[in-house]
Amino acid sequence: MIEVKNIYKSFNGKSVLKDINVTFEKGKTNLIIGESGSGKTVLLKTMVGLFHPDSGSVIYEGRNFSNMKFEERKEIRKEIGMLFQGGALFDSLTVEENVMFPLGMFTNMTLAEQKDRADFCLERVNLQTAHKLFPAEISGGMKKRVAIARAIAASPKYLFCDEPNSGLDPKTSILIDNLIYELTEELNITTVVITHDMNSVMEIGDNISFLYKGEINWQGHREEIMRTDSVELNNFVYASEFMKKLKQSLSHHGY
Amino acid sequence: MNWFFHIGRYYIMMVRVFSKPEKWSIYRNQFVKEIDNLGIGSLGIVLIISVFMGAVITIQSAFGFESPWIPLYAVGVASRDSIILEFSPTIVSLILAGKVGSNIASEIGTMKVTEQIDALEIMGINSKAYLILPKIVAAVFINPFLIVISMFLSLLGGLIGGTMTGAVTSYQFIYGIQYDFRPYNVTYALIKTLFFAFIITSVSAYHGYYTQGGALEVGKSSTNAVVYSSIVILLFNFILTQILLS
Ligand SMILES: Nc1ncnc2c1ncn2[C@@H]1O[C@H](COP(=O)(O)OP(=O)(O)OP(=O)(O)O)[C@@H](O)[C@H]1O
Ligand SMILES: [Mg+2]
Repeated sequence: MIEVKNIYKSFNGKSVLKDINVTFEKGKTNLIIGESGSGKTVLLKTMVGLFHPDSGSVIYEGRNFSNMKFEERKEIRKEIGMLFQGGALFDSLTVEENVMFPLGMFTNMTLAEQKDRADFCLERVNLQTAHKLFPAEISGGMKKRVAIARAIAASPKYLFCDEPNSGLDPKTSILIDNLIYELTEELNITTVVITHDMNSVMEIGDNISFLYKGEINWQGHREEIMRTDSVELNNFVYASEFMKKLKQSLSHHGY
Repeated sequence: MNWFFHIGRYYIMMVRVFSKPEKWSIYRNQFVKEIDNLGIGSLGIVLIISVFMGAVITIQSAFGFESPWIPLYAVGVASRDSIILEFSPTIVSLILAGKVGSNIASEIGTMKVTEQIDALEIMGINSKAYLILPKIVAAVFINPFLIVISMFLSLLGGLIGGTMTGAVTSYQFIYGIQYDFRPYNVTYALIKTLFFAFIITSVSAYHGYYTQGGALEVGKSSTNAVVYSSIVILLFNFILTQILLS
């Protein structure tokens, strides 16, 4: 469980996050949704300590991350797997070496064991043939999948994904969503996923937080999202004409 | 932003660079990689520059000494002193600042703007130490060899260039090289080299590490890395020469 308490964050006087209070539960896929520029990535990076909040705290299972020293944070960071919006694969390493990297750094696994683990993770993201290629030699969607494999390689307790399925085709997208959902249940970890994709929201959103202009505007389960009376959330969900029509026809039929 | 800000931030960065590493074996591998990248990778340019500049220095010395009162071996003495005292340690280091410095800044800068450094930090790795320490140690270790090689090649270039143009005979040149040879001059050159190696790698890494933005800014950082490491080298050349030779 991760508790975010009263987080404020601004850049050069421009306020990005305002009094964020939210709890991300263990064993559940927690989603953060919101428009582009609403502060989702900043919230995620603040939670993992890449940005310092102006005030407020982030608490990992009772451990207050925000006022820890570098050495103490390290212990928590070893339990974190993170997928960056841009992938952030190491250019100088092959796909396989990228996935093995956290293992080589922090476990006592032999090289063979690391390779096995990398094989296993790459298989889970449906990538069996790219082991020896460099990030520059694979497609955008493949990079994303390698990045997910790297994030789960060291069996994290906390998994953060910044738009795991942007830039993927619908089929792979669903595959990745399901993978994240399954891993979360299977390993009983705390997962936080940023997404704009309403498909994902409806598929895997156990606990959804809607960020609007730097504030949590709405929170709830995927089943509640259709019945919300938050105007901002409705505008977000029913942004396209198609969705608007769908909503009308659904309500017409009494849903 | 001002010099004080940069010096302060550079200092803070260096403190983290020299903090205790996570895992020695990883650093050893990185060190070997950097020796290959920074050291072996620079051999070609050091070779070419040294041979040609050695030849030119000798021909110029001979040109300056066209007087019946000065013995011809003085050409060897003068060439040797310019090469050992200044050309090999300082000029070659400046050239390396151009080659190695831009390489380091663009590599680290790209890692910064594509969040690769964030990814390291998230894993609990001290990214400053992991990325920068092996480069500094490798350069401080390998550059003295490069500079000694440069000295030999420059003298060889002087010999070839000097005799080919008839400016000096090989006997006189070699006699001149050995005449009143002071080993301390080589020590002085190598001390400078160590400082310069440290400056090139750390100043360039600094510019790379604090890059913000995108590809354009990486290019700027890489230029700044070369400009500032060259300026700091020149400054330290002056200070060290004052301290060591007076
Ligand atoms: N390092 C930074 N320095 C200054 N401002 C920043 C920085 N990072 C983000 N911002 C600002 O914070 C705001 C929120 O950005 P953020 O990246 O969190 O958006 P987002 O919700 O992730 O959007 P998207 O869905 O497009 O990724 C933006 O206005 C952005 O300009
Ligand atoms: Mg974002």
